[in-house]
Amino acid sequence: MTRVRAVGLPRWLLVPAALGVTLVLLPLVAMVLRVPWTDFPALVSGESAQEALWLSLRTSALSTVLCVLLGVPMAMVLARTSFRGQSVLRSLVLVPLVLPPVVGGIALLYTFGRQGLLGESLELLGIRVAFSTAAVVLAQTFVALPFLVLSLEGSLRTAGERYDVVAASLGASPSTVFRRVTIPLTLPGLVSGAVLAFARALGEFGATITFAGSLEGVTRTLPLEVYLLRESDPDGAVALSLLLVVVAVVVIGATRQGRAPR
Amino acid sequence: MSTSPAPVPRHGLEVDVRLEDRDVELALRLAPGETLAVLGPNGAGKSTLLATIAGLLRPDRGTVTLGGREVSGPHAWLAPHRRRVALLSQEPLLFPHLDVLDNVAFGPRSAGAGRREARETARRWLTEVGVEDLAGRRPGSLSGGQAQRVAVARALAADPDLLLLDEPMAALDVSVAPALRQVLRRVLAGRSTVLVTHDVLDALLLADRVVVLEAGRVVEDGPTGDVLTRPRSAFAARVAGLNLLAGRWEDGVRTPEGRLVHGSVVGPQPEPGQEMVAVFRPEAVSVFDHAPGGSPRNVFEVTITELEPAGGVVRVRAGALAADVTTRAVPDLDLVPGSRATFTVKATEVSVYLASANPT
Repeated sequence: MTRVRAVGLPRWLLVPAALGVTLVLLPLVAMVLRVPWTDFPALVSGESAQEALWLSLRTSALSTVLCVLLGVPMAMVLARTSFRGQSVLRSLVLVPLVLPPVVGGIALLYTFGRQGLLGESLELLGIRVAFSTAAVVLAQTFVALPFLVLSLEGSLRTAGERYDVVAASLGASPSTVFRRVTIPLTLPGLVSGAVLAFARALGEFGATITFAGSLEGVTRTLPLEVYLLRESDPDGAVALSLLLVVVAVVVIGATRQGRAPR
Repeated sequence: MSTSPAPVPRHGLEVDVRLEDRDVELALRLAPGETLAVLGPNGAGKSTLLATIAGLLRPDRGTVTLGGREVSGPHAWLAPHRRRVALLSQEPLLFPHLDVLDNVAFGPRSAGAGRREARETARRWLTEVGVEDLAGRRPGSLSGGQAQRVAVARALAADPDLLLLDEPMAALDVSVAPALRQVLRRVLAGRSTVLVTHDVLDALLLADRVVVLEAGRVVEDGPTGDVLTRPRSAFAARVAGLNLLAGRWEDGVRTPEGRLVHGSVVGPQPEPGQEMVAVFRPEAVSVFDHAPGGSPRNVFEVTITELEPAGGVVRVRAGALAADVTTRAVPDLDLVPGSRATFTVKATEVSVYLASANPT
């Protein structure tokens, strides 16, 4: 059986579509062409490279967990309640999406930095956030959170409340409905939101370097390492860039694979 | 918790509510163990009624009382999941991520039963509605009739004090609806149930009592047999397949269009000016292409609006009136929509009674 589309694609659309694909793929190809394959194992197994990779994976995983813990309740509030000023709140929550990451980093510095809004109080408690690994996680969570909220809110709205109503009429408390119906039904949206958040955290650069600095083994994540090597060791920078691409593709591929076909 | 299939009638229902922005004002009662059919045209307020009872809508004024306890009111509010009111809609809405058994076990689990005990209960209810062999299936692989049976089992397994059914047969194929109706007839007996339906068969087979809603108000309320044989509203008459003309009494029923309908008065002799209805069967109506003379008859000059085959005869509709004629008569009388005809019915075939069951 061959399915024929009732409304065909206008042929001319193919030209800009192909241009777009080229724009995305060509730089990757150019980069891969520059990879010094003979030195590659040595370049990516260097101590500072390994340290940066390990730091990136740890912080990105942690900030993804934070995004889920904070973002799922946020999405629920945005999708399942209505109150005055809700649309304003939604726009504000999504600000990190459009904010230049450097600006986000400065904002975080003025919040958690030594002279920041909360920094002084935290300092009294003996907690220093800025220029620590915790700052990396905070910066990544700050920029990645909107991706998860946006994705999950969309699938909450698509799923609608009909199943929730049925569950409640069967005697399920709001917590039970949330745990046994709402979350299972919107799991695909939650997973893709978490994947997006992880990818965004993994690539985070601007907010991190502004707020957390670039201390080897503490705050120097893979993107920072790549930026640092860019002039002193171009071959190393290219090799690590490829590593970053591979990690991102593997993560996205693994989660896509894990999803049950509908 | 006890979830034996033997129903225990224990909870009645009283509704007396007003919802301003929907212009709905309803008052009705349900005795414990009674099945009440709610009939009415689209937009009459049937779904609003169910949503109000289930706690999905909060009335602006008035109260909903369940088993003697006020659950909606100016000073009381019980969350939907605490009402023990199960809602079954047109669509089965089985949870797609759970298999059939766990769908049915959902209610007992939510009430605190252990997994094993809940599944035990679920299996019993699946057997009760005749689909125990589907226990391991995913909802997506069921037919509409199977899914709706599972939904019935799921609602009953939650052991509700009150069951709300919102046109449970409406989305089903006509070939499977009778089987589900039989299942419902068995499991609803003695169980407090409010059943919203379009179908006179549902009312006849499942309900003890019928209320008819029109424009957000209860226009009829009585035992099923009474409402369907002696309808007082246009909708109930239409559902029961009867002709109904309403008007004021002046030695006959004077309709707003000025027709005077003669018939035999049932019940107390009316006072002039009282609101009355004249009701007669379509089979009692004769159709002519010219006005006949002779015996005392009611004569209506009409324009045919619709013809529909109805079990060996043809039902000829002219606005609110319907007449049954033989198939032969249709070409003989040249009956087509738009043509003029004369409907006559003998006064002895027309029942005339008060338009309000409880005149004040």
